[in-house]
Amino acid sequence: MPDTLLQKEITGWGRYPRALCHLYRPERVREVAHTLRQEEPNGFLPRGLGRAYGDAALNSEGGVILMERLDRFLAFDETTGVVRCEAGVSLADIIATFLPRGWFLPVTPGTKFCTIGACVACDIHGKNHHHDGSIGNFVRALTLLLSSGEIVRCSREVNPDIFYATVGGMGLTGITLEVELQLRRVDTAWITVDYVRTRDLDETLRTFHERDEHYLYSVAWLDCVAQGKGFGRGVLMFGKHAQIDHLPAARRQNPFTIPRKREKTVPVDLPEFALNPLSLKAFNGVYYTTHPSREGVLVDYNTYFYPLDSILQWNRAYGKRGFVQWQCVLPYEKGIENLTRILETAQRRRAFPFLSVLKRMGESSGGILSFPMPGYTIALDFPVRNGLFEVLDELDKIVIEAGGRLYLAKDARMSAETFHATYPQLPRWQAVKAQVDPKGLLQSDMERRLRLMEAVK
Amino acid sequence: MRRVLIAGATSPLARYRAHEFARLGDTLFLAARDSDELERIASDVRIRFGATVHTGRFDAAAVEEHEAFLQDVIRTLGGLEGVVWVAGTMDGLAEAFRTPQAVKRLIDVNFTGAASLLTLAACYFEEQGEGFIAGISSVAGDRGRGQNYPYGAAKGGFSLFLQGLRNRLSKRGVQVTTIKPGFIDTHMTWGRDKLPFLASPQRVARESVQAILGGKDIAYVPAIWWLVMLVIRAIPESFFKRMNI
Repeated sequence: MPDTLLQKEITGWGRYPRALCHLYRPERVREVAHTLRQEEPNGFLPRGLGRAYGDAALNSEGGVILMERLDRFLAFDETTGVVRCEAGVSLADIIATFLPRGWFLPVTPGTKFCTIGACVACDIHGKNHHHDGSIGNFVRALTLLLSSGEIVRCSREVNPDIFYATVGGMGLTGITLEVELQLRRVDTAWITVDYVRTRDLDETLRTFHERDEHYLYSVAWLDCVAQGKGFGRGVLMFGKHAQIDHLPAARRQNPFTIPRKREKTVPVDLPEFALNPLSLKAFNGVYYTTHPSREGVLVDYNTYFYPLDSILQWNRAYGKRGFVQWQCVLPYEKGIENLTRILETAQRRRAFPFLSVLKRMGESSGGILSFPMPGYTIALDFPVRNGLFEVLDELDKIVIEAGGRLYLAKDARMSAETFHATYPQLPRWQAVKAQVDPKGLLQSDMERRLRLMEAVK
Repeated sequence: MRRVLIAGATSPLARYRAHEFARLGDTLFLAARDSDELERIASDVRIRFGATVHTGRFDAAAVEEHEAFLQDVIRTLGGLEGVVWVAGTMDGLAEAFRTPQAVKRLIDVNFTGAASLLTLAACYFEEQGEGFIAGISSVAGDRGRGQNYPYGAAKGGFSLFLQGLRNRLSKRGVQVTTIKPGFIDTHMTWGRDKLPFLASPQRVARESVQAILGGKDIAYVPAIWWLVMLVIRAIPESFFKRMNI
């Protein structure tokens, strides 16, 4: 088989930072092991569809193995909804294949254009985290190619330490070849949504606590530009899978058919001045005004879970220099104070996020490096500008003091010190890593930046 | 519902071609050498489309096994309405410029193997009085080029073979389609930057199945390659031999 190698500059979804990598794209499972035997000074890293925002899927001057061509479904049990597939299968593919048969993803992030292997590596969460936890809870087993060439199966029962190091392990324990996933039974492709518009942060958080437990899904859009009385105001969106009798009579015949959306695209990089405090204020104001409280709105799954997927390459709206998404989780204790400090600090330093999303998190899946913990998680999008990273460093300090942490799938810039201070389970992960990849063949830019294999104080 | 054999079924191109037929409700027999990959692709087609998919080992270069192989396919499917030849390789092209063994290997897989199996299929369909044969040739077979002529010659021979087969079988209700893809985004082109009109294997598969079902004789996929090759074939040899394309 020919060695398939292409030297190319690539980025994550935030288009910051950039990295010159050696790209391999195996088309047969056997080629992956063959690829790992090539000479690469900086080792190898598997990559899905490049939807991690920062440097999680970059490996400068090293091998990056694109898993997208290994996307075959291998087994499906119609009665239990358990699917076994290759790691390169995309969530969009899973939905397209199984939703018409009444099965949906058990957990989904805000895009369906990512691979199931990458979702496991990041132990992604979705709008049902407060209820169900992250995707790791629904992974029954993994097949992992170790750097030695050995293929191991792991689950909660078999090789549990490898399993828990791989769920949330950022692709650094081995190359995940296959995933066995429990899907969710649904009656329709629709979500019934209750919108609640709130006046300030207090009301936003109170509404979450009052109503969250009655819904499978919940998330809040926050107006991060509003200051003073409207500080922390937003729109909460509570959702449940619609049942057949929730649909209008005309839709009951084909409950899994939804209207097709026209895809739009951002054809060019917008200039930097396109996103300024004024335009952000206008955007946030309009969004707030046009989303009043309403109950029982029927929304198709694409619109509810993947509003941005219909705008292809929306990441170009942030301009040539790209953007970073800063997402932290803060424990409930003093949660409101810490959230307030974060939002106020950003506002004071005039770092206005374009998009900010808040949600409550439940228990961790047990993934050693998994991000979620019980508390509030908030995600803020910032275009890369001079001085931004100093502001984010300040926000990081608040997170460290609060006992929270930042999400690796989003991160592009936190310091190794911040990482080591906020992921106390790291030594446990390092022990497994040393055992399954003793030569450190699996590497990434993020792994080197955060000094994942070292002890950092 | 048709019963279709896809020979050389583990390339991305063949896999998506299987998707296209399975989507239409056809029953498939997928055949290739790499049995692990074959089983993966077969499960995938079954799960995605609920299609009936059989598999079997097939070596394009082992022509002495082809007769027994085809009989086995017909027995398993209970009949046969179509054969799609996708097997092809560019492996060893670099050596083929110097060593007889390597050039023989390229011709064995890309031409001799194809001609062998399709001769048997032609006789079967001729007797049956219906069926279709589709061969995946290549635009590389339209003109000999210094960079890939060992491969191009085999594909050019295959195109001529299919042309003759069409002439022979068209009076017997059997359709023969020659597919000529341009550059396809697979491992064959990976790492070669900025190839013109590079098409995804999904697109090439979709358009070639459309050509087969539409009863086309010769189809360039994507269609732009018809124009490109028209121009390339029109260049006078005295000038072409000095070009570097």
